[in-house]
Parts: sequence; C-alpha cells; structure tokens
Amino acid sequence: MASAFEYAPAPESRSVVDIAPSYGLFIDGEFVEAADGKVFKTVSPATEEVLSEIAQAGEADVDRAVRAARKAFEKWSALPGAERAKYLFRIARIIQERSRELAVLETLDNGKPIKETRDADLPLVAAHFFYYAGWADKLDHAGFGANPRPLGVAGQVIPWNFPLLMLAWKIAPALATGNTVVLKPAETTPLSALFFADICRQAGLPKGVVNILPGYGDAGAALVEHPDVDKVAFTGSTAVGKAIARQVAGTDKKVTLELGGKGANIVFDDAPIDQAVEGIVTGIFFNQGQVCCAGSRLLVQESIQDELLDSLKRRLSTLRLGDPLDKNTDIGAINSAEQLSRITTLVEAGEAEGAERWSPACELPSSGYWFAPTLFTNVTQAHTIARDEIFGPVLSVLSFRTPDEAVAKANNSQYGLSAGIWTEKGSRILAVAGKLRAGVIWSNTFNKFDPTSPFGGYKESGFGREGGRHGLEAYLDV
Amino acid sequence: MSEKNEKTDRFDRLSVFKTYKLYVGGKFPRSESGRVYEVSDTKGNWLANAPLSSRKDARDAVVAARKAFGGWSGATAYNRGQILYRVAEMLEGRREQFVREVADAEGLSKSKAAAVVDATIDRWVWYAGWTDKIAQVVGGGNPVAGPFFNLSTPEPTGVVAVLAPQESSFLGLVSVVAPVIATGNTAIVIASERSPLPALSLGEVLATSDLPGGVVNVLSGRTAEIAAPLASHQDVNAIDLAGADDVLAKELEIAAADNLKRVLRPQAVDYSATPGIDRMTAFLETKTVWHPTGSLGASGSSY
Repeated sequence: MASAFEYAPAPESRSVVDIAPSYGLFIDGEFVEAADGKVFKTVSPATEEVLSEIAQAGEADVDRAVRAARKAFEKWSALPGAERAKYLFRIARIIQERSRELAVLETLDNGKPIKETRDADLPLVAAHFFYYAGWADKLDHAGFGANPRPLGVAGQVIPWNFPLLMLAWKIAPALATGNTVVLKPAETTPLSALFFADICRQAGLPKGVVNILPGYGDAGAALVEHPDVDKVAFTGSTAVGKAIARQVAGTDKKVTLELGGKGANIVFDDAPIDQAVEGIVTGIFFNQGQVCCAGSRLLVQESIQDELLDSLKRRLSTLRLGDPLDKNTDIGAINSAEQLSRITTLVEAGEAEGAERWSPACELPSSGYWFAPTLFTNVTQAHTIARDEIFGPVLSVLSFRTPDEAVAKANNSQYGLSAGIWTEKGSRILAVAGKLRAGVIWSNTFNKFDPTSPFGGYKESGFGREGGRHGLEAYLDV
Repeated sequence: MSEKNEKTDRFDRLSVFKTYKLYVGGKFPRSESGRVYEVSDTKGNWLANAPLSSRKDARDAVVAARKAFGGWSGATAYNRGQILYRVAEMLEGRREQFVREVADAEGLSKSKAAAVVDATIDRWVWYAGWTDKIAQVVGGGNPVAGPFFNLSTPEPTGVVAVLAPQESSFLGLVSVVAPVIATGNTAIVIASERSPLPALSLGEVLATSDLPGGVVNVLSGRTAEIAAPLASHQDVNAIDLAGADDVLAKELEIAAADNLKRVLRPQAVDYSATPGIDRMTAFLETKTVWHPTGSLGASGSSY
C-alpha cells in the first residue's frame, strides 16, 4: 500500500567516523599484522562497499595474544578493585563521548538502522561498563564469599548481530573481576571491536589486558582450545555451542554459552491489541530479527487471531526499509550474503511445507543484502519455520485456545531463551511466566535489556547468565 | 551384615537376608536385566547381591524422574522443606541399620561409622532448611534503568543424573542428592559401585518419607555402564559427575554436550565440611521476568 507518510531522506552523516583502509590485530597494546600475513575485507551489508581490510588471526596469533593476556593477568588481577573500577569507568565515559561515532560505525559495518545503534546498542554498551565498573571493588559483597578470585585468561567469541554490545557483555564483567581478555569478534563485523581497542588505549588500560583478534571460526576454535585459556565465553549458534562444550570436556575451563532461541510471544484475548502489535514488531523485527531472543513464534489466542493479524499487517505496512544510516529507517540490511541465503532457504522451506507467506509491499534496494519483513500463517508446530531458528525478519504465527495449550506450545522447543506474554490479567502473567521454560520473560513488553538483569537460556539455549550479579559468577573461581 | 553372617552359624535362628532392590518411580524393582553382582565388605566378605542395573533401568528411571518433576518442582518450597525434614526423621529412626551398613561398606569401626551417619542426617537437615531460602539468596529484583519491574528467580533445571561419590557411600551420597532435590529437581542416582547398599537402603527411607515417587531414583551397578545412557539421554537436563574418574568424566561430558546438559565436573570435596551452595546453584536456572511499571513523564501519569 502507498504509505501515508512520505519522508524525505534524513541520513546521519558518515563524517563523524574515520575508518582506516586497514587494521591489524590488537595484541599486547599494539596493532600488529597476522603472523601469516593474511587479511580479509569487511563490507557494508547495505551497499556491499568495502569498508576496510582487516588482519585475519590464525593459530599463531591466538597463542601470541593468550601469552600477552597471561602476562598482563598477574598485574591486572593484583590491582585493587577500586583501581580496576576506575579504568572501567573511564571506558564507559569514553564510549559515551564517542557514542555517535561508534553508532555510525556499527551501522556501516553491521547494516542495522542508526536508530537502533544510537538508541539501543550504544547506551547499553556504556551502561554495561558503568554497571560492572561498580562491582570491581565490591566483589566481597557479591554473594560468592569473601575475596572471590578471577579465573585468569578469558577467551571470548562473539557474534555479528550486536558486535559492540556483545563485546561489552563479555569484557566488562571479565575486567571487573580481574581477568584478562582475548576476544574474537565476528568476521563480518570486526570494526567496532577494533575501535574499542583504541578506547582502551585512550583509557590508558595496561597492555595485554584486552586483546582483539578479528578472524574466522578457526581462530575462535583455536582460542577455545588453547591450553592457557581458563574461561570460555561464547555467544552464537547452538551448533557451535555444542562443539565448544565437547571441546572443553575434561578440562578445567569454565564455560558460559549464550546460544540460539525460538522465542514464543503469547498474546491472550484480553491483551491490549495495539500495544501487543508494537511488542510483536519489536520482538521479531528489531535488528532485522537477527536476535537470539527474538519473539519469532507468535502464539495468538484463536478468538482474536483475525483482529490481531489485521492490525499487525497494517502496522508492518508502515515500516520503512532501506538505508540504515537514514534516521527514519526501521528495517536495515541483513548482515551478510551468507545469512541472507540462510533466511531465504528457511523461508522457502516454510512455503514448501504449506505455510502461508505474507509481506507488505516493500521495495528492496538493488545492492546489499535485504529481506522484507515477512510473516507466515497456517503454521503448525511440526513446520521447520516453527522449530528452527531463522535469525531474520520472519515471524511464524500459530494459534491456541487455552492458556495450558499456549504453555505447551511455547515449551515445545529445544530452545529456552525468551518468551513474551500479553494479557491484562496479572495472575495469568505470573502463572504462565512460572510455567514457561525460558530464561527471560517479557510481559506486556519485549526485547528489553539492562546491565543489572541476568540474561541467558534454559535447555539448548546455553548455560550461564550474563548481566547483573549473576554475570560475575562466570568470571570468578566459585 | 557381618553380624548377620555370624548368626547363620548358629542353629537356633537363621537371620533373614535382605534382597536389595532398585528404587525407581517409588517402587522397588529388580533390574530388568535380571542381573546381580556381589557386594562385599572391605575385607572381601560377601554382604549381599545388589542389582546390576542395565541401560533400560536407566531409561526407566528417566521416565519416572520426568513424570515426577512437574509435581515436585511445583510444590511450595515450604512443602519440600517439610518432606526433606521428614526424610531426616526416618533416617534417624534407621540409624543403627545405616551405621552397620556404612561400617561394612567403608571398613569403619562402629563409632566412626556412627559419626558418619550422624553427619549424614545433619546434612539432610541442613538441606531441608534451604528449600525456602535459596531463592532469596540467589534471586531478587533488579534495578532496571527504565519503567520496568523485573525479577530474577531461580528454578530447577529438571531431571538430574547424579553419579554418587565412589568412596563416601552414605555421607557423600546424601551430600550430592539432597542439594539436587532441595531445589526442586528430580534425580537419578547411581550408587557407589563398590558400596551400593547404603544408597539402596536410602531408597527405602525415601519411600516412607512422603517424598513423591520418582523424585529420587536409585540405581546400583557399574557406574560407567549406567551413566553412559544417562549422559546421552535427551530428556536429562543435567549431570553431576562426582563419582566418575577423569577418563569417564570426559567421555560423559562430551556425550552431555549433545543437548547441552548442565555438567558438574568431579572435584576434590571434603564431604565432612559444611557445604556451600554451589551444589544447589549448579542445577538452577535463573528466570528473569519483566513487566512495565508505567512511568510518570513530563505530561503526567501514564497509568
């Protein structure tokens, strides 16, 4: 349908960020070339423009970085907590100062709308460092006994969907507790982590405390396997998570895994429809649906299904897809050609299995990686699109009649990361929330995050929690 | 038991031997395999024939534990505490039996075995008191930077396979079983391979303690043989490897990765020391529930 709102382009300026033509690995406080001289290119998914050439870490580089981190650990862990706290507070403040630059950078490298990097990612990144900074000198009071000790060198592997936010989730608690870090960002989004290296430099962080190794899965595997890594933290796919769990078996390595999800967003017949529609949109179209806790399964009570779907389709028709740097853009680009093809394959499976596909009229840009917001009706629990994580802007709609049926369907998943409940009845919220096997449950809201709040999954969505007091445990010898 | 053997030498009265059986789903089956193995004391004297459990027994135990999970995890923490305390009462009543069994199993003098049994009963009482406190200690409200109410609560992870310690046949056993069920999980316990009798007798105590059938299931036999199907079982949520050696532990941890079971690796534990809360938190998930609170903006109330 023709939009009632025609907006003039309102692009954010790229001039606030200065991307160098090439970057090295960040090891022991220096940018260095990869040992074998390998490089790879990072592109803007919205335009396929090459943004920069990045040194590609290999096994030798992992070893070098772990040794630097081990060396730094001695002094860093011996530092009084109050001093470590001050470094983290500095980092938080520098992130706040440079947040516009980082937001534009993240949008360029990841493809997500500037609205989201500016208003969601960056404020949360700064908040995480600020929150964990305050823990550094209060660990005796965190509930893990007096004087809990750091583990040593943390090997951290993060995904491309929230590059800087995932970095913050991993690095802030690791440093606060006195560990040193070797972090591997995803190969499609290495830039913000390298800019973070510069922030560490500005903050005067001692050499070797944070090391950044852009690279592919082989570098991640080498990091996980390195005998001198004491702690492994991974966010990413369940398949890789299982491989890591096997890799660390029989070792002393402590592990936390934040893996996939297939979140159920349950709308009861007494829910405020307009609010629920907004929540459904946030649940599945935030970050182009490339969110492990996305509300990718909509469970709607049968009696309001038609009304809700009408409202939802009307709302989807007003979403603006296009230039991620445009401040009015709601839906940006898919992160990579590879991810786009994965989404396309699963959506084709949905059609082949008989589900009904719908998208609003939506023009896709001619270059870059794009996928229109999509919803499937006539979906059953047996459908691939109701079981597998799509990690894209694709919503599968199922219906239910009773609360018990909603709970049974919601829990019918190998995953258990998130869920949503929409109802005006408080007792129903509490009863249903109690029965759902998921680590995060949003009632009458969705996709809210906060550094004080533990986040993580049940079942095959992984183990351990990030955020809050609980997030400290992963980095302490307790 | 050795006492029993002595009595067999007398002509006036023959003592009654006990047929030790498994404890699964609140019932006392023999192993479906029909196999038994000889259990002897530390001097090599025969004590009894214990069931040699099979893979099928392990799978049956998982079914029983899963069936019991909803009721047990859904019971109030107060109720669970009452039932666990009742277990301690029953243990106290059978104190003499356990002293005999522990003495035989571990080659301890009567008085040392008595001290172990007393510590075990006290350990059970300690955990009975935890059921309604652990949520307050490890859960709580989070001060979110926004108009939301948000609460983190610990919940049991589900069905837990427990490889009881090999050496400490009773105190060690209770030290690994009680924390698992105190928090609302259900358990499949593999008794010490060499000394399974106290564990099998514990089953009898649990059966008479208001503990719903299936909450604890006790299997005896070869630890490695029973543990393998549990570690790879898709309906088991966690595994405590206390009773595994390094080689077996690694093997089981790899198998457990298949459905991302929570794994508690074997570690050096002094079972006589007061335990921390780690054995409870290892089998808890944290659930965080959010709700908007409404906010007072510049234009006034939004609620």
